Amino acid sequence: MRNKHATQLIFELSQNGRKAVALPQIDVPERPVEELIPERFLAKKTLGLPQVAEPEIVRHYANLSTLNMSVDTHFYPLGSCTMKYNPKRNERLASLRGIVDVHPYQSERSLQGLLQIFFELQEMLGEISGLDAVSLQPAAGAHGELTALMVAAAYFRDLGEVRTTVLTPDSAHGTNPASARMCGFDTVTVKSTPAGFVDMEDLKSKLDDSVAVFMITNPNTLGLFESNVAEIADQVHARGGLIYLDGANMNAILGVTRPGDFGADMMHFNPHKTFSGPHGGGGPGAGPIAVSSKLGAFLPVPQVRREEAQSECTYRLDWDQPQSIGRVRSFFGNSGVLVRAYCYLRTHGPDGLREVSENAVLNANYLLSRVKHFLPVPQGDRCMHEFVASAAQCKNERGVSAMDLVKRLLDYGFHAPTVYFPLTVKEAVMIEPTETESKEMLDQFAETLFRVLEEPDDLLHEAPHTTRISRPDEVTAARKPVLRWNPSTEE
Amino acid sequence: MAYIYNTPQDQQAMLEAIGCDSIDALFDSIPESLRLQRPLKLPAAMGEMELTSHLAALSEKNRSPADTLCFLGGGSYDHFIPAVVDYVASRGEFYTSYTPYQPEVSQGNLQAMFEYQTMICELTGMDVSNQSLYDGGSAAVEGVLMSLDVTRRRGRVLVAESVHPEYRQVIDTYFALLETEVVTLPCPAGTLDLNALEAELTDDTACLLLQHPNFFGCLEEVHEIVDKVHAAGSLLVTIIDPVSLGLLERPGDYGADVVVGEGQSLGTPMQYGGPYLGLMACREKFVRRLPGRIAGETRDRRGNQCWVLTLQTREQHIRRDKATSNICTNQGLFALRASVYLAAMGPQGMREVAELCLQKTAYARQRLGDLERLEIAFDRPVFKEFVLRDRENAVEQLCADAEEAGIFAGVPLGRWYPDLSDCLLVAVTEKRTRPEIERLVDFVSVQAPCGVTHAE
Repeated sequence: MRNKHATQLIFELSQNGRKAVALPQIDVPERPVEELIPERFLAKKTLGLPQVAEPEIVRHYANLSTLNMSVDTHFYPLGSCTMKYNPKRNERLASLRGIVDVHPYQSERSLQGLLQIFFELQEMLGEISGLDAVSLQPAAGAHGELTALMVAAAYFRDLGEVRTTVLTPDSAHGTNPASARMCGFDTVTVKSTPAGFVDMEDLKSKLDDSVAVFMITNPNTLGLFESNVAEIADQVHARGGLIYLDGANMNAILGVTRPGDFGADMMHFNPHKTFSGPHGGGGPGAGPIAVSSKLGAFLPVPQVRREEAQSECTYRLDWDQPQSIGRVRSFFGNSGVLVRAYCYLRTHGPDGLREVSENAVLNANYLLSRVKHFLPVPQGDRCMHEFVASAAQCKNERGVSAMDLVKRLLDYGFHAPTVYFPLTVKEAVMIEPTETESKEMLDQFAETLFRVLEEPDDLLHEAPHTTRISRPDEVTAARKPVLRWNPSTEE
Repeated sequence: MAYIYNTPQDQQAMLEAIGCDSIDALFDSIPESLRLQRPLKLPAAMGEMELTSHLAALSEKNRSPADTLCFLGGGSYDHFIPAVVDYVASRGEFYTSYTPYQPEVSQGNLQAMFEYQTMICELTGMDVSNQSLYDGGSAAVEGVLMSLDVTRRRGRVLVAESVHPEYRQVIDTYFALLETEVVTLPCPAGTLDLNALEAELTDDTACLLLQHPNFFGCLEEVHEIVDKVHAAGSLLVTIIDPVSLGLLERPGDYGADVVVGEGQSLGTPMQYGGPYLGLMACREKFVRRLPGRIAGETRDRRGNQCWVLTLQTREQHIRRDKATSNICTNQGLFALRASVYLAAMGPQGMREVAELCLQKTAYARQRLGDLERLEIAFDRPVFKEFVLRDRENAVEQLCADAEEAGIFAGVPLGRWYPDLSDCLLVAVTEKRTRPEIERLVDFVSVQAPCGVTHAE
């Protein structure tokens, strides 16, 4: 049934002379190109781009798209990524002309509506985080981490303190240590207890005056709330360090508890997760950060300010922050993603946001209560917005791995959960249903997972069976990389 | 309850299955003392209709190139976007999927990535491309960081002053924490001073970061520059305008080692500066130092041609603190848009767009430069942007007045270049018509001629 052409490369469809656009004639007095640009700068050959007609482009990509699973089409319980429904109203609103068709160097007076959105978003993120100052500039979560660590470094430099170390738990996202390294910090890993929490003794043993920041994810990557977080923060603060909260898991705690209230000095949000920005096959995201008042002066420039004069509000960009770290990207920020986050927050209000977290946690616990009977969840009976099951027993007894199980789920129309993360759980299967799924869907998923576990080993080793491809050879792909198409030499 | 299925009955049934009395009790692991004891202080929820009116009102408060004639550039451009780009990118199967961790159900994204990589290689003349970084600024910094690793030189990096000033600020921010020195090279006549380059190229210089066409729109003497850079054992990291490559020699052909740039021009709306598309491509021998996702071709267990994320051992989720970069989420959607744009344009369309920009820019530059009030600042070949000097030394006022008259006349340069505080950067894309260019010319000659506004 599937069109065979779907899988041809667009380069293979190319025919000389085909094109999809008709551009206008040059309407100014035309001069020879060589008169405008000396020969030495000009291309000597034609670009090797495909030559295709518009209907072909549409068919090619429409067919390709059918080879993807997506939130719009499938349950996508990819733990840690919060693959929730992407509201269609936000798409329409973010596409308004005065929002999407706006140049970054327009004057502030021509941008009052957009600046108002950003100002209000700064305020709302400050309130949700329980922190005092917000920068909307970072482009993604990992970029937010990096920015906040730069802020921390500037803060300590200002204090005249030399602090060289960043601590991260062994269950942390890989971005945490990678961001720390990019800032020039040494990273030291703090162990987790068997129950999945930060090991206080290990933390204390690694905590000294060289520690700049302890990066914590809370709820952590096991989907557990670190109940000791206030004590952890006290310990770190007592040694003069700062607490960074990786906000990847904010979907669990909106309106329930606030990072600033449990001791965090800085954090990032992932609006593409928590506030429903579409993930776009890999991005865009955004990574706004919130920090406590003592760090506010070091945030990137510009900040958006409101000025009230005679009952009229105006909004402006404030560049005048002498202690700022500078800028971490070109232009203001990922405006399009931020506007969608704004729409999401205005759709929900305080009660709605709390309901998001309540239902995210309810859905995860419900699924946990069903799954744990046939796939062990080592860290217990309860979770926040996600949980991590383990296929270790299955692997030991039958040789069926976490990967085998989730590959088979693809056959039944479910996107795979995250596997082999966090690294602290053997054969980890990390499941995050989000609040935008129904009980029926969770039941189907649990029943399917149960059925999969009953299936013969060989069937699972070779799964999936119904997809167009199965078990690509990733070793060869990495050993002999073929990273671009090349014209066939046989012709 | 926006977007939530659970009815009270569902919730009750689920709680019973869990063995828990209430939803509140699910949060027991959060100590009472850490709980927020009040509702968040946020504006009350709006329904879809109210929100639509609200956003429409906010949107109306902004002006836009749709209602104001746009000669703004400086890294973000009012290029035409064919409808087919919007159509493809808005398909939910692309739009609402994520990083293709499961290749079996992501072949659409992976193949599109592979095609994108190929197109970027064809466009730049480089061997390999990644699947995008955040934007031009962060791509520039990643390019420079990569040159440190590749050359194992950590002493200094050189950056031409004609590189986008915001990109240079990003580099300053990143390098503030590292030991490598960032040396900015002067560009007194709108392009890099080759004597300064020669003087600063030391044996611990990792790279020169050059933009071509540069921030002022001028073409840099890339051949001479690349020879000098390579003679010193350093790398040339070039920032490109992808649209210019419809006409200009590809960086790979003139000898650049790493290519970075802003891909917004390839089918991404201006949307106030982001999200955009960071381009990055390099020579094959550097591929294991290239940051970001990369798709590769392979075979599946049945022998079918297919695509996977590859060389993942470079990446943070595997290598953690040893990774080539911390990047995780990227700009896949805009890489897809760029692919569709490049496919729609094809080689002929890219050539035509570039030529439209070139001819219109040359015309506007001459017409404006001939006015009594303005003069062309740099006598160098330009592509789609140029700098004008205001003899009245009142560019901010000129721009404000032009805006009143419905024209975004250009970007004043004083905020980044104090020496150029009387200068304006003007961009002319293929969308600007001759009558529109005349409107700007008439505005300056009639409404803002010499002697009307005065320097303070």
